[in-house]
Amino acid sequence: MKDSLIIENLKSYYFTTVGAVKAVDNVSFSLKKGESVGIAGESACGKSTLGLSIMRMLQPPGKIVNGKIILHDTDILAMSEHEFTKKVRWKRIAMVFQGAMNALDPVYSIKDQLKEVLKYHGFPENEMQERIIEAVRQVGLDPSVIDRHPHELSGGMKQRIVIAMALILRPEFVIADEPTTALDVLVQAQIINLLKKLKKEGMTIMLITHDLAIISEIAEKIGIMYAGEIVEFGSAEQIYNEPKHPYTQALIAAIPRLKGEKKISYVKGTPPNLMNPPTGCRFYDRCPHAMDVCKQDPPSIKIKDGFVRCWLYEDSKKSQQ
Amino acid sequence: MQSTDNLFVDVRSLRKWFQVKRTFAETMHSKEEKVVKAVDDISFKIPKGSVFVLAGESGSGKTTVARLILRAIEPDNGNVFFNGTDITKLNERELKAFRINAQMVHQDPYASIDPRMRIMEIVMEPLSVHKIGSKKEQEEKVFRALEEVRLEPAADIAYRYPHMLSGGQRQRVAIARALVLKPKFIVADEPVSMLDISVRAEILELMQSLQKKHDITYLYITHDLSTARYIGDQIAIMYLGKIAEMGPIDKVLLNPLHPYTQALIDAISEPDPGNLFKEKMVRIKTETGIERVSTGCNFYNRCPYAMDICKTEPKLIEIEDSHYVSCFLYPK
Repeated sequence: MKDSLIIENLKSYYFTTVGAVKAVDNVSFSLKKGESVGIAGESACGKSTLGLSIMRMLQPPGKIVNGKIILHDTDILAMSEHEFTKKVRWKRIAMVFQGAMNALDPVYSIKDQLKEVLKYHGFPENEMQERIIEAVRQVGLDPSVIDRHPHELSGGMKQRIVIAMALILRPEFVIADEPTTALDVLVQAQIINLLKKLKKEGMTIMLITHDLAIISEIAEKIGIMYAGEIVEFGSAEQIYNEPKHPYTQALIAAIPRLKGEKKISYVKGTPPNLMNPPTGCRFYDRCPHAMDVCKQDPPSIKIKDGFVRCWLYEDSKKSQQ
Repeated sequence: MQSTDNLFVDVRSLRKWFQVKRTFAETMHSKEEKVVKAVDDISFKIPKGSVFVLAGESGSGKTTVARLILRAIEPDNGNVFFNGTDITKLNERELKAFRINAQMVHQDPYASIDPRMRIMEIVMEPLSVHKIGSKKEQEEKVFRALEEVRLEPAADIAYRYPHMLSGGQRQRVAIARALVLKPKFIVADEPVSMLDISVRAEILELMQSLQKKHDITYLYITHDLSTARYIGDQIAIMYLGKIAEMGPIDKVLLNPLHPYTQALIDAISEPDPGNLFKEKMVRIKTETGIERVSTGCNFYNRCPYAMDICKTEPKLIEIEDSHYVSCFLYPK
C-alpha cells in the first residue's frame, strides 16, 4: 500500500536568546493511505510544534531546521513559501489550532469570518455563500448560525465552526490540536462523532492530544512523543494492548477508567528541559527499567507496523515480535 | 444510612436564582423577567472524612453550590450545617472563624495564584488574613505545607514565582495554600482538569494521603466521571440546578439510572482500539439554546424517554440502598 504521508528526520527548533529549544528533534514516521494518526504526549513534548511544522506555520524564533515531509510524492518542505501557500496550506492540509474556538473574532459574524478564509485564498466571490453553507452543514450545524456572532454560540458550536473553517477548502488532511479539551463530555462525544464522519468521507486526520483515551476513537496509528522525539509508533492495537516503551506503558496505565481496579497510577517526575536535552535516552531518569546502556541514544527498532526507541528491545530475538 | 454523628456537611434545600438582565426593548414590552435557577432546591449530606463528588457539565450549578456552601455568595433559601452549626446564620466575625476550617482549591492553577507573588507569599496569605502566628511561625508553616504537597526542596520552591513552576506544581501550591490553615473541609473545584492526564493521578493521590493524615472532608466538583471514581465515595449528578441522581459512587457509575447519567457515561472514551469501528452513542437530543421548560423535569427537552408525566416535577426517591434518582422512569 502506498504511503500517503512520510515524515523524515524532522527537526524544528526555537532559537531563543538563551539557546535553542529542540521541540521536534528528529521525528520520522509514515502513514498509509486511509490511516489517521494520533500524536500523544505530555504538555511541552513538542506535539503542537510538530503540527505547526507540517503546516509550515512556525512563528519566529521557531524554525524548521531539517527534514522532509512527503505528501503523496511531493516534498512539501522543499517547496517555496509561495508555492506552499498557493497549493498546499489550507487546500491540502489544514489545522484546527489548540484553543481556536476562543480565538474567533467577537465583532464579526460567523459568515464574515468564514468569508475571510475564502477571500484570503482567492476563492471566487459569487460562490462563497454556497461553500460557507456547505462547510457549516458538514460539521452538523444549521446554516442559520452563520449570521450569529461567536458569543451567541456554545463552546461545542464554536469548536464546530473552527473545524468548518479548516474544512472549507476541502483539504485531504486535517491536523486537530486538542479539539475536545475544555468541552463538556457530551459535546466531546459529538465532536468525536464529527471527526469519525469526516474520516468516512475520506479525510485523513492527525489528532494531537494528551488524552490517550480519545485517540482510540480516531487513529489507526499512534505516535507517542516524549521530549521532542517519537519514542514509539505503531498500530492502535499494538499501542494499547502491547505497549513496548516504558513511557507508553506508564501513559496507558495512567488513563482513568470507569471499570476495573481503582489503582491510581501516574508518571513520576518531569520531562527534561528541551534546551539541553540529556545525551542518551531522554526518559532515563523516569524509567523503571533504566540500565547503563541507556546513557547512549537508543536505536530505533522496527516492530510490526512501526518502531520503538528503547534499549530493552535491542536484543535481536525480542525485535522479531 | 449514616447516623447524624458522622455528618459533617449537611446541605438542605439550597437555592440560588439569578435575574437575567432584560434589554431595554424587553422592558418596554413588559416582557417577563427571566430567571436562571442556578441552584434549585439542592440537598445532600457529606459524612466526615469522606469525598463527596458533585458532578455535572458547565451550567449545571455545581460551582455555584460550592460558592454557596462557603458563603462566598449568599443563598436565597436553604441551610448549610457545618459540623452541626448552621453557617447561613453566622455573622461576619463567626464566618471568618468558619472559613479557617473550610477552604477552596480552584480549577485553574494558572489563574488562581498571583503571578506577581512568590510562592512563600502566596501560601502565607491565609495566615496573614487570619492573623495566625508571628512572621517566623508563618514561614515555618509555609515550609511544612510545601513539604506536605511534595514541593521540595521547600526552601528553594518558596522563593520562586509561579511562572517557574509547571501546571502540576502550581496546583500543588494551590493545595498547600488551602492546607496551611489546617482546615477540616476542602472544596476542590475541578482540581485536575487543567492538568495532563498522566499527572492527574499524582494530585489525586496527594489529596487522598492528606485526607488520611489530617482527616479532611472533601467536596470534589468535576465533570470528569472516570477520574472522580478514583477519589470519590458518594456522588451527586447535577443537571440545570437540580440533582438528577445520587448515591455511592460505584453504584451510580456501574448502574446509572437517570437517562442523563447514562448519557454522561456513554460519552466517556475508554482506551480501546475497538472504538475505531464504533460510533459514540449520543442518545440525547442536542440542546439548541438555553430555553428551559418552566415546569416539570428540566431534562424533558433532551430526554430520549420523555413522557407526558415528565411535564410535572419529579422528586428524588431512593431506589436501592442509598441510591436516589429523580425520574419518572422509576420505580420501574
